Amino acid sequence: MLKVSRNPVVDTVAKLVVTAVAMFAFVFVVMVPLYNVLCDALGINGKTSGEAYTSVQAGVDETRMVTIQFVATNNEGMPWEFGPSVNSMKVHPGASNDTVFHASNPLPDAMVAQAIPSISPSRAAAYFHKTECFCFNQQPLDGESSAEMPLQFIVDRDLPQDIHTITLSYTIFDVTDMVRGAVAAR
Amino acid sequence: MGDHHHGPAKGLSRWLFTTNHKDIGTMYLWFSFAMFILGGAFAMIIRAELFQPGMQLVEPAFFNQMTTLHGLVMVFGAIMPSFVGLANWMIPMMIGAPDMALPRMNNWSFWILPPAFLILASTLFMEGGAPAFGWTFYAPLSTTYAPPSVTFFIFSIHVLGMSSIMGAINIIATVMNMRAPGMTYMKMPLFVWTWLITAFLLVAVMPVLAGAVTMMLMDIHFGTSFFSAAGGGDPVLFQHVFWFFGHPEVYIIILPAFGVVSQIIPTFARKPLFGYDSMVYATASIAFLSFIVWAHHMYTVGMPVAGELFFMYATMLIAVPTGVKVFNWVTTMWRGAMTFETPMLFCMGFLVLFTIGGFTGLMLSIAPADFQYHDSYFVVAHFHYVMVAGAVFSMSAAVYYWLPKWCGKMYSETMGKTHFWISFIGFNITFFPQHFVGLAGMPRRIPDYALQFADFNMMSSIGAFIYGASQILFLYNVIATIVSGKPTDKEKVWEGAEGLEWTVATPAPYHTFERPPAVR
Amino acid sequence: MVLKAKRLCKLALGPVLMLLSLASAGALAASSKVNEVNMPPGVTEVGQRIYDLHMLILWICVVIGVLVFGVMFYSIYHHRKSRGVTPATFHESTKVEIAWTVVPFLILIGMAVPATSTLLEIYNTDDAELDVLITGYQWKWKYEYINEDGENVEFFSNLRTPQTEIYNAEAKGEHYLLEVDEPMVIPVDTKVRLLLTANDVIHSWWVPELAVKKDAIPGFINEAWTQASEEGIYRGQCAELCGKDHGFMPVVVNAVSQEEFDSWLADKQAKAAEIRELMAQTFTMDELMERGKAVYERNCLACHGANGEGGVGTAIAGSAIATGPVSGHLNVGINGVPGTAMQAFGGQINDVEMAAVITYQRNAFGNNMGDMVQPIDVYNHKNG
Repeated sequence: MLKVSRNPVVDTVAKLVVTAVAMFAFVFVVMVPLYNVLCDALGINGKTSGEAYTSVQAGVDETRMVTIQFVATNNEGMPWEFGPSVNSMKVHPGASNDTVFHASNPLPDAMVAQAIPSISPSRAAAYFHKTECFCFNQQPLDGESSAEMPLQFIVDRDLPQDIHTITLSYTIFDVTDMVRGAVAAR
Repeated sequence: MGDHHHGPAKGLSRWLFTTNHKDIGTMYLWFSFAMFILGGAFAMIIRAELFQPGMQLVEPAFFNQMTTLHGLVMVFGAIMPSFVGLANWMIPMMIGAPDMALPRMNNWSFWILPPAFLILASTLFMEGGAPAFGWTFYAPLSTTYAPPSVTFFIFSIHVLGMSSIMGAINIIATVMNMRAPGMTYMKMPLFVWTWLITAFLLVAVMPVLAGAVTMMLMDIHFGTSFFSAAGGGDPVLFQHVFWFFGHPEVYIIILPAFGVVSQIIPTFARKPLFGYDSMVYATASIAFLSFIVWAHHMYTVGMPVAGELFFMYATMLIAVPTGVKVFNWVTTMWRGAMTFETPMLFCMGFLVLFTIGGFTGLMLSIAPADFQYHDSYFVVAHFHYVMVAGAVFSMSAAVYYWLPKWCGKMYSETMGKTHFWISFIGFNITFFPQHFVGLAGMPRRIPDYALQFADFNMMSSIGAFIYGASQILFLYNVIATIVSGKPTDKEKVWEGAEGLEWTVATPAPYHTFERPPAVR
Repeated sequence: MVLKAKRLCKLALGPVLMLLSLASAGALAASSKVNEVNMPPGVTEVGQRIYDLHMLILWICVVIGVLVFGVMFYSIYHHRKSRGVTPATFHESTKVEIAWTVVPFLILIGMAVPATSTLLEIYNTDDAELDVLITGYQWKWKYEYINEDGENVEFFSNLRTPQTEIYNAEAKGEHYLLEVDEPMVIPVDTKVRLLLTANDVIHSWWVPELAVKKDAIPGFINEAWTQASEEGIYRGQCAELCGKDHGFMPVVVNAVSQEEFDSWLADKQAKAAEIRELMAQTFTMDELMERGKAVYERNCLACHGANGEGGVGTAIAGSAIATGPVSGHLNVGINGVPGTAMQAFGGQINDVEMAAVITYQRNAFGNNMGDMVQPIDVYNHKNG
C-alpha cells in the first residue's frame, strides 16, 4: 500500500483527509452529473432531453394511436396566463406533431420565463422526442403582451405497447431575477 | 516523555487547553448531556402542544422550529458527541494506548462543537425564526422558502461536520497505530471494532452532508440551481444526496451502541460474547449495506419501479446481519450466570426495544406497505425505538458501567434501577401508541391533529413527561455518585468484566498505559 | 364531565390496550375510527393487498419476537447467578451462525415475493378512465379534472375548520382538521389516474383508505392511481412537511356513483360558465360586500384577522394599500407580495371573487372608501 509518510500516524491521517476531501468532491463531480444522466436514461421525474431531437424515425405507425395530454402549472409568484391551446391530441407514433401554448404577461414590466417539462408515465419520457420546444430556452415577454409558444414532437415508434396515454406537463417559472442576477454578476 | 507525569493543570485552562483523552472525553460527555437536556426541552414543548387537539401553547411556525431543532440537537449534539466522548475515554484504555493518536486535534474537535451549537440555538432569536424545515431539511423548503437564519444553520452544520470528521480521523489513527503489542484486530474489544467502522462511515459521509449544505448555500446566495427546477435542477436530487449521508448516519448512531452492549452483556452474564467474529462481520456488512439503501427513505418520490425494487431488496437484507447480532446477544446470555445491575438492565431494555424497532424497520422496508407508513407517526415511533432505546439506553448503560472506573465511586444501585424502570416505562408509554396513530393515518410534524388521535396523543405526552423527568434523575445519579458515591478502589469493578480498562487502578489515573501492557 | 371521565377511563386502559392491541387489532377497528390502532384496509383492491402484506409481516415479526424474547426471558429466569448456576464457556458455533443467517434470508424472500407483485400493481397506471391533476400549494390543494375535448374543471380545496375551533374558542366538530370547503369527487369502480405536482415546495398527497401517498414536487409530475369500490367520504392529510400550515391542509375525497359524478361535473362546468358570464356583469355595492365578506373569511381572515386588524399578515384596517389607489390594491391581491407570506391570489380565486373581496376590504373595517371594483376591472387589470 502507498505510504505517504514514514510516521504511521501521519500516513493514516493523510489518507483519511484525502478520503474526506474526495468524498466532498464526489458530491459535485459524481453525484450531481450521475443523477442527471440517470434522470435522462430512466426518465426520473419524467424529465426529457433538453435538446432538440434530430434523428429520423423509420416512418409513421398508422396502426397505433397514442393520446397526448397537455397540462400547465404556474409556479408560485408566476403571474402569466399560461396554458395549452388544446388539452389533448391523438397522434401516431413516428409522426411529427405541432401544437402551441399560449402565454401572456399581465404585468407592466418585461419578464423572462422558463418552462420545465415533465412526462407521465415517466417510463414514456425516453420515447417522447421534442424537435422544437419553447422549453429549450428562456422565454422573454414584454409587459402586457402575449405570445404563442410552439412545440413540435414525435412519439417514438418503440413506445412500449401498453402505454396509451402520455401526459406532458409544463411548469412555468419566473426567472427574471435569476437572469438579471446573472447579467449583474457579469 | 520525562516531565509529562504530572497531573492535570488547575482551573479553567485545564479544560481549555487539555490534550488528555480522559478530560476531552469528560467534556464531550457533559456537553452531550447538556444538549440532550436542551433537545429534550424542545421535545417537551412539542409534546405539551400535542397533549390535546387544538393550538394551545405555541404557533405552528414555532412548532416546526421545535421539531427541527429537536432532531438536529439530538442527532448531532446529543447522541453523536456522547459516543465520541465514550470513545475518547475508553478506546485508549481498551487497546492499551497512552492517549489518542492526535491529542491536539482532539482538543480542537471538541472545542469547535459548542460554538456550532451556540450558533444553531441563536437562530431561535433571529428575524424569521430558527430553521423550520425538519432535521432532514428538504429543498426547496430549506432553500427558496427558508428563513434567513438558514445561512447560520448551514455554517453550524459545516462546523459540527468538521468536528465529527476530525474526531473520526483521530479514532481511526488511534486504533490503527496505537494498539498495545499483541492487540491484534481480532482481539480488540467489540466497542473498539464498532467505533472503528463507525469512524470510517463518518469520514465517508460527513463530507457528503457538507456537500449538500454547500449546494444549498450556493442555491440561496450564489444563483446556482442544484435543487431548483427553474434553473434546470431538481429538488429530488437534494433528497438523494441527503440520504446518501443520512442512512449511514443512522448506523453511525447505532453501531457504537452495539459495541457498548457487546461489552456489557458478557460481563453480567459472566460468559464470553458469543460469536465475536460474526459480530465483527455483521457490523461490517451493516456498514456496507448502509451505502446502498438510502432511497428507502424516498419510496414516495416517484422512482422508477426498478429502483424501488432494488432499494427494497437491499434494505430487507439489513435484517440479516442485524438479526445475527440480536441472536448472538441472546445466546451470550444463554446458560450464563446473570445478575441484573443497572447497566445490564439498560442492555436488556435495549435488546427488547431495539428489536421492536428493528421489526418496524423491516416493515418499513417493504415499499408497498411504506406507501402507508411513510411520513406518519409510525415512522416517528420506529426511529425513536431505534435511536432512543438503541443509542440513549445503551449510553445510559455505558455511563453506569464505566462511571465507577472513571471516578472511583459506586453509584446507588437503587437509584440506578429506579432510573431504568421509569425510563423504560415512560419511553414505552410515549412511543408505543405512536405506532397506532401512525397506522391510523396521523402524519408526522403536525402541530395539531384530528380528534380520533386525541387519546393516544395524550398518553404519548404523559409518557414523554415521565421519560423526561427520568433523565433529571439520571443527572442526579451521576452527580450524587461523583460527589458522595461509595468509594471503590477495586481494579475490576464488575466481577465478570474483561478487558484492559479493568486492569488499571480505580479511579483511572490521569495517565494510563504510558508503558504498553502485555496482551495475551 | 361524563366525556372527561370516559376519556380518563380510556387513558387508564391505555397500557392494557397497548399489550392487547397487537393481537386484537381487528376487533377494535370495527367499532369506530376513534383510537384506531391499525392501518385501514381501505376501499381499494391495492389497499387490501397492502393491508394483507402489512399483517403478514406484522405476524412474522410477532412470531420471531415471541421466539427471541421467549428464549431471552427463559434465560433471564433460569440462568441467574442467584440460582447458583455456573456459567457455561461456549462462545462460538459456525453451524448456528450459518443457520441464523440463512433462515432469516429465506423468510425475507418469502416476504419479498408478495411485496414485489403488490408494488408492480401500484405502478401500473395504464388505462385510467379519469385523469385528475392535483397541485399542492402552501397550504391547500388544487384539483384539475382533465377534459380532453373542452375546458378543464378546476378548483381549490381549503381547510374548512374555522380558526375559532383551532384556537379552542369553540367546540371542535366531528371532522376537525379533516374537512374542506370543496372535496375532490371521484366516481366509484373507476380507475382514476392522479397526476401530482406542486406550486411551491414539496407536498405529499395521502388518503389512507385509498392507499395512495405520493409526493407532489414543484416542476415535475408524479403519478398514482386509485379505484374506490365503495361510495363514501375518505379523509387524509398532507404528509410531507411543507411549512407553517403543513398540519392544516387536509385531503377529502368524496367517492360517488358514476351518475352522481357526471351530474357533479356537469354542474361544475355550468358554474364555470356562469362565472364567465358574471364577469361581464355589474354588481351593486351590497352584492359585492356580501360576496366579498365570504371570500375574505375563506382566504384572508387567517392572516389578516376577523376585523382586518392583522396577525401573520399586515393590518387591512386603515392600511395604505386598502385606502390607496384601486390599481395598487388589485396588484397586491392578484400578484401577492414577493418574499412575504402574501400569496398571489390571481390564480386562486376567480375575478368575481377578487372584485368582491377588494371592494369588501376597501369598505369594511372602517376603511369606508366608498369605491367599488367590478369583475371586469379585475379582468382588465390582469390582461392589461
